[in-house]
Amino acid sequence: MPAIVQVQRLIKNYYLGAVTVNVLKGINLEIEEGDFVALMGPSGSGKSTLMNILGCLDRPTNGEYILSGRNVALLNDDRLSDVRCRYLGFIFQSYNLLPQYTVVENIELPLMYQGKQLNERTRARCIALAKLVGLGDRLDHRPLELSGGQQQRVAIARALVNDPHVILGDEPTGNLDSTTSVEIMEMLISLNNAGKTIIMVTHENDIAANARRVIRLRDGQIESDVRNRN
Amino acid sequence: MFGSLTKFRRNTILAIRSLWLHKLRTFLSILGIIIGVASVISLLAFGKGSMKEALDSIKRQGATNIVARSQKPPDDSATSSRSFVAIYGLTYRDYEKFQTIPSIGLHVPMRVFPREVRRHERMHNGRVVATIPQYMEVNKLEVAVGRFLVEKDSELFRNVAVLAALTADKLFPFDDPIGQAIVLNNQEFLVVGIIKDRMPTGGTGGSQAAEDFNSDIYIPLTTSRRRFGDVIVQRSTGSRGAERVELSQITLTVDANVDNPEERKKVKAAGDLIKEMLERSHPKNDWAITIPLDKLIEAEETERSFEQLLALIASISLFVGGIGIMNIMLATVTERTREIGIRRALGAKRRDIVFQFLIEAIVQTSVGGLLGIAAGISVVYGLPAVAKWWSPEKTIPAVLQIEPMVYSFFVAAGIGVLFGLYPAWRAAQLDPIEALRHE
Repeated sequence: MPAIVQVQRLIKNYYLGAVTVNVLKGINLEIEEGDFVALMGPSGSGKSTLMNILGCLDRPTNGEYILSGRNVALLNDDRLSDVRCRYLGFIFQSYNLLPQYTVVENIELPLMYQGKQLNERTRARCIALAKLVGLGDRLDHRPLELSGGQQQRVAIARALVNDPHVILGDEPTGNLDSTTSVEIMEMLISLNNAGKTIIMVTHENDIAANARRVIRLRDGQIESDVRNRN
Repeated sequence: MFGSLTKFRRNTILAIRSLWLHKLRTFLSILGIIIGVASVISLLAFGKGSMKEALDSIKRQGATNIVARSQKPPDDSATSSRSFVAIYGLTYRDYEKFQTIPSIGLHVPMRVFPREVRRHERMHNGRVVATIPQYMEVNKLEVAVGRFLVEKDSELFRNVAVLAALTADKLFPFDDPIGQAIVLNNQEFLVVGIIKDRMPTGGTGGSQAAEDFNSDIYIPLTTSRRRFGDVIVQRSTGSRGAERVELSQITLTVDANVDNPEERKKVKAAGDLIKEMLERSHPKNDWAITIPLDKLIEAEETERSFEQLLALIASISLFVGGIGIMNIMLATVTERTREIGIRRALGAKRRDIVFQFLIEAIVQTSVGGLLGIAAGISVVYGLPAVAKWWSPEKTIPAVLQIEPMVYSFFVAAGIGVLFGLYPAWRAAQLDPIEALRHE
């Protein structure tokens, strides 16, 4: 399998006045297409920073990040926005749906920023995705009318709408009870089985156990990189 | 192009929906714009209304007229100081000379003097106006019954009279005056017509006093000269005076269109010419000349400066309204930081965020503009009605104009651009990671 994410000597520094904080100290990482990676580590280990860089929300201080064959480490703000809405899907811990939009409109949002003409075809695609995540009967509901699990399923449908190369999950089950967490994880596993590459940050070992590969970070460096046998 | 248009439309719909979530807040933030636009529209309407009244009163005098009138010279000592009869004023010679000016279409001489008019036991202190048939045209009189003077009356020195509304009413309260006789200076005159009630001309200052035409008695000029002569004796308690005046006034109408600035010059030129002619033939300064057009121009200038003042007030109030919008928008940006983060994460560029917030600002101010226009219209119709109910004799003239509505709508929308730009820019500058973390 070819590597869809390639990170080389990735360094990220924050400058707080005169003090330089070395958050990522030269990360080397390859993730193959179709993989399911859990990113773990204590707080302050740099996993959020790495996630932000992988999600093209932030730029590294130094190093390379090659996503689907193109170096995106040093793109400008507009180009990074393009990469986000074309190649990446995001699932957040707190769902991050827009309260004033309906389920379908929330799913549509990434397409809007691709500059695509929204028409019946794109609308039909959004509805199909809503059905896929089991919300076919809630199309015109607002997020506040849905349970946490349902909101996270809307977020998953939104992350799928642009057919992304990589889905990034930032503790996608962090706000959910255990039963719903299992449901969401099953959904991610079946997406991964269908060929989607998923990178997910998590604190919990039993959530990480669902992934194919677990990477642990500590003090800005990779501590361990283990493949699960399942 | 088509894409950006649909994007614009979609953003507008989404903006309306976002604003609809906070109806009261949106209303309060655009209240400044509403009041600003409403006051501009209503003030302009009331201003235009009162201005129109003044302009109409000037136009009633005939805006292309030039009025030359006789005036008792300030100091009569130079000539005939001992004379009992004061001799001054415009003459038939002046009248003939004026007829040589080609740009003047109508020349109406008149001899005006106060005289009591009787009919049986009834008496009225009227004002005799001896003139020619064209008087009606120049002064825009309307005949109620019968006819005005005609050429034949002048040629044949007929003893005929046309009465103004009040005179007719005083002398003939119960019966039809046409064909009946009235007595002027012991001479019988036959009433041939009645003039409709006429608005008095406003006293516009200077030599032109307010004139009330409703006590007039119109007789042919030739008849007057033949029967009464040029010397008019006036008796009042304790004093007696006589004046020898050939003509008290000559009204000249220039063939010109008042609304055309080029043609206005013709009136001015004719006025200057007449002034020059009179200066040469009347060293005694026993005349005065009035050009209503000057007053019209003056009034129009006043109107223009009034409109400029209003425009200034309007821009101040819209500016204040814009600050209100900006204040709320800045608060909104802070409140919606997380939403901005979400949109950025999902691929929105900085300019998408700018566009979104700018559209929201423009939608707000445009809605404010529309509501302001509606409010302005209701004030324009409502206030005079309320004033009428409060005190029935009071009327507030108002002329509703379309142009200020169009202008103020676009200015309001422009205010949205101006004052939405900074908050929108602020929103776009937010760091997506920080914004996503915002609670």
